Amino acid sequence: MSERELVIIGGGPAGLTAGLYAARAKLDALLLERLSPGGQVLNTHWVENWPGDVEGVSGFDLSDRFRDHALKFGLTIQSAEVSGLGVEGERKIITTSEGEIAAKAVILALGASPSKLGVPGEAEFAGRGVSYCGTCDGPFYRDKVVVAFGGGNTAAEEAHFLTRFAKKVYLVHRRDQLRACAVLCERVEADPKIEVLWSHVPLAIEGSALLGVEKVRLKDLKTGQEKEVACDGAFVFIGTTPNSACVAGAVDRDEQGFILTNQNLETSLPGVYAAGDCRSSLLKQIVVASGEGALAAYAAQRYLESL
Amino acid sequence: MSGSVLQVTDDTFEAEVLKSDLPVLVDFWASWCGPCRAIAPVVEELSEQYLGKVKVAKLNVDESPKTPGQYGIRAIPTLIMFKGGQVADQITGAVSKSHIEQALGKLL
Repeated sequence: MSERELVIIGGGPAGLTAGLYAARAKLDALLLERLSPGGQVLNTHWVENWPGDVEGVSGFDLSDRFRDHALKFGLTIQSAEVSGLGVEGERKIITTSEGEIAAKAVILALGASPSKLGVPGEAEFAGRGVSYCGTCDGPFYRDKVVVAFGGGNTAAEEAHFLTRFAKKVYLVHRRDQLRACAVLCERVEADPKIEVLWSHVPLAIEGSALLGVEKVRLKDLKTGQEKEVACDGAFVFIGTTPNSACVAGAVDRDEQGFILTNQNLETSLPGVYAAGDCRSSLLKQIVVASGEGALAAYAAQRYLESL
Repeated sequence: MSGSVLQVTDDTFEAEVLKSDLPVLVDFWASWCGPCRAIAPVVEELSEQYLGKVKVAKLNVDESPKTPGQYGIRAIPTLIMFKGGQVADQITGAVSKSHIEQALGKLL
């Protein structure tokens, strides 16, 4: 079994920043990533709020820069999928697709995945009209009608992005105002192709084997009435679910599975830290994930020094 | 792209995929799709690992829109496994390597 001082699990902004800081501290660090590094930033067409990039930066470029920056200082990145975390004396044992790896300290930068609506038809039409990534699948909806679900930053941003292709975007939100930041709310309101259906919730996504999604069934929470909206696609942007199943039972998590930490990002298991979108926190943003990655790396370094 | 991944197009799809003696895994992708990029190294690894057992191919949906249209693809990455010219299994999204290997296991 190979052994490292620090193993970072996950190669999004949190993991890569932790890797950068660990590499600059000359820790014997290894970063494990199941796909190629980048994380959810890769699903982002254009990042407008990365400080210092005044004109914005593409998600592709930013994730490349994060990776290259960590590599420049000597971080090792390995392709492996983690399935478990255990303890053996002072060591943590990480079970991966490439065998077991021992570590003195671990940073969980597991990230998150789009949450599901949980309505009939969603699973059935996944990839055939139901989508969780506007940047990826928007171009399939040129001059079509789509429905987008959600009211946060991602929903507002993606609804706006989808109007590049779709002739009409219905944004369905369960509340009577958006949660997105003011700049994004204004953009949605000013967009003639977007119609917001306030206080509506989805009941079902319906279609046929031949055509995929053909309509969504909604309920108006104010009147209690049901209605149908004909559409070619249904995009789901209702928040994220943490990719924390692999550490279930090993560290404490909240009801939704987000990992609980103290102010120095240490989890319930000493020497194990959590950073970024997998952590229980108020705001999921690239800049937050990145900042937490730096803090987690420093906290792990202090922990290693104390051993 | 390197390794053993075969690039197929609308023109070569029938000969290379539908008429292939080996089962074929086709990765439908596009340059503007982040998760496609994320899954690319996994697809390459699989092409090495299953060399001689499964043919691994990629089809760019921008350059070859006819084939994805025929298979009703409206989300990428989509991986379709073909056996004897028929769709044997289909996976949408940037899933893990083990997830794809499970599907390939059923195919062989």
